[in-house]
Amino acid sequence: MKNQKTNYISGAEAVIRCLLAEGVDLIYGYPGGAIMPIYDELYKYSDVLQHILTRHEQGATHAAQGYARTSGKVGVAMATSGPGATNLVTGIADAQIDSTPIVCITGQVASHLLGSDAFQETDIIGISTPVTKWNYQITKVSEIPEIMAKAFYIARSGRPGPVLIDITKDAQFDLFDFSYKKCKAVRSYAPIPTLNTNQISEAAEVINKAKKPMIIWGQGVILGEAEEEFKNFVEASGIPAAWTILGLSALSTKHPLNMGMVGMHGNYGPNILTNQCDVLIAVGMRFDDRVTGNLETYAKQATVVHLEIDPAEVNKNVKAHYPVLGNCKESLIMLTSMVKHNEYKDWKQLFADHMQIEFDAVIQGDTLPTKEGLTMGEVIVGINKHTQGDAVFVTDVGQHQMIACRYAEFIRSKSNVTSGGLGTMGFALPAAIGAKMGAPDREVVAIIGDGGYQMTIQELGTIFQNRTAVKIVVLNNDYLGMVRQWQQLFFDKRYASTEMVNPDFVTIAKGYKIEANRVNKREDLDKAILNMIASDEPYFLEVCVEKEDNVFPMIPTGASVSDIRLK
Amino acid sequence: MSDFKKYTISIYTENNIGLLNRISAIFLKRHINFISLSTSQSEITDVFRFIIVVNMTESGVKRIVQQIEKQIDVIKAYFHTDEETIFQESALYKVKSSSLFEERQIQNTIKNSNANIVTVSPDFFVIQKTGFRHETEQLRESLEPFGLLQFVRSGRISITKEKMGISEILNTFKQQHKD
Repeated sequence: MKNQKTNYISGAEAVIRCLLAEGVDLIYGYPGGAIMPIYDELYKYSDVLQHILTRHEQGATHAAQGYARTSGKVGVAMATSGPGATNLVTGIADAQIDSTPIVCITGQVASHLLGSDAFQETDIIGISTPVTKWNYQITKVSEIPEIMAKAFYIARSGRPGPVLIDITKDAQFDLFDFSYKKCKAVRSYAPIPTLNTNQISEAAEVINKAKKPMIIWGQGVILGEAEEEFKNFVEASGIPAAWTILGLSALSTKHPLNMGMVGMHGNYGPNILTNQCDVLIAVGMRFDDRVTGNLETYAKQATVVHLEIDPAEVNKNVKAHYPVLGNCKESLIMLTSMVKHNEYKDWKQLFADHMQIEFDAVIQGDTLPTKEGLTMGEVIVGINKHTQGDAVFVTDVGQHQMIACRYAEFIRSKSNVTSGGLGTMGFALPAAIGAKMGAPDREVVAIIGDGGYQMTIQELGTIFQNRTAVKIVVLNNDYLGMVRQWQQLFFDKRYASTEMVNPDFVTIAKGYKIEANRVNKREDLDKAILNMIASDEPYFLEVCVEKEDNVFPMIPTGASVSDIRLK
Repeated sequence: MSDFKKYTISIYTENNIGLLNRISAIFLKRHINFISLSTSQSEITDVFRFIIVVNMTESGVKRIVQQIEKQIDVIKAYFHTDEETIFQESALYKVKSSSLFEERQIQNTIKNSNANIVTVSPDFFVIQKTGFRHETEQLRESLEPFGLLQFVRSGRISITKEKMGISEILNTFKQQHKD
């Protein structure tokens, strides 16, 4: 009964057509029983929709995240039901807490089997609910276009986040009359609060009266694509600005008003001066506990102006005296037109003075070491030398991450890809694959510890198969270094289960036909980095660093930002 | 702990599967227990309403309402104190029929409590009472000596004194997104 005017296709094919309609040309995934109809269609559409087979579903979500973070587009990950779906969860939780737009598609057992404990049946809707911006189970083929359109709209709009769509196998097989309409609005969802000009003029008034103002910006600047507007605001006002780990790269690290990082391993000045500023202007950041330390003693002297897209973040951790709701891309333009320029000479001098203290106590030893062992800091500085701030840095979680974020130079936005909120070890290797595919013309350097590397090391297979030209740097201290540091400082050096007996990483990389090198002497480091950067192929570099180096400065958990330690 | 207070949270939502799970997860994550929960149709045809009663601080309930409202399928969420709402609970009590005839006291108890007898059978009868928690509780205590076969109390249902304006929110949306 195929009517010529209708467009009868299977649900599986409809899913592919929806992805194409949303501009998707690349997805990450892993096939299995309940998603086979969609994979069968992928086979037919492989010339327009590339599928990257990761070696584990967790890798698919992290790769989709990396892709989203460098390209600014929605990343897509696909998996089968049961274990395929549950393996996605870590990446979904990571995307939720770091506001990364991804859409995950999972296969599900046929609708008549739901609830019967069928083979590979798992309640992925129930499991993923607390860690998704939205999720939905499709049991009828006719729902596919509308739900897929809604999924992409929700993932990318407002404060972005992960969406999971679970599709029963019968809905993938069934035929229906397909037509697609992009989603433009959902009636129960207001992605961007309406700008209130009164809020902005009140905020401007407070800022103009300030003697010691300070800006802290977060990823909202990058997600709102407001880098230019933010730079204009900073320059127009002359206010010193510091960043959260996810805000890094939104403003050049070389900018004279860029004062460095706030938070647990942030810079000395920005942390201490948070508790001395009179007006604190937070832009697209959420006052995470790793940023604020003890809230009871955090910026109590300051009048807080908070530019934020998500109303639930206002007054969540820190009271905003002057909230400015909306997309900072718009609010910053208005605010910029109202603020007066000031040099804040004495105030800025304080940042410089603190930077000098930090340089003498920490940075010099980290980046220009005179001791025998290699430091993580000199490796990052060595990479800067050959990439000139133009590379994308993808970092995992731990000491190497903090060191990389402290010392990496950035002149372009969307260049820092890291697991911030969730702190997911194993993030970097698969995320680097996605980051490179999201920005194929850019140099992508993954900085990973020996611990996190082995959590998703199987993704070397993905790199091998696709010849993805990522540069992998493992900073190997044969320890789970950050945990070891805490054990040293807070648990009387009881190194419980933090020492690692590691395999020969170079041989492993070579097994995947990835060019590989190991450095353990300072005189070989620069040449090794140069060779790595010069290569057009995937490249693995292991740097054996000092085993028991620590990351400083540090705000111990529960301490105040002004109690930051230099040693 | 003294600033803990009873709040009624009203949530207007789309009628979608899984939303109860999503809302309760917000409370679970913060280790907050429901005192009561009820769900029903609202005054608008395709809009659903949740009424949740919790014991929280004002700042806590403000933050949790922000988190609820952030959910995609939630149209609007509010919180109110008891003084700002008209609220009731309903309870059913199942008692042996023999005690109705043998104990004179039970007849007075029922009469004085303004409860209704819903059904009477040779073996048992069922009483229904609507009122405040302490009223349904008082009746439960009075009937307990006579042997309560079953007792059940509904979650709180509540109506606010202030206007909710959900229709206005939906109309504004319609105006903005005319295709």
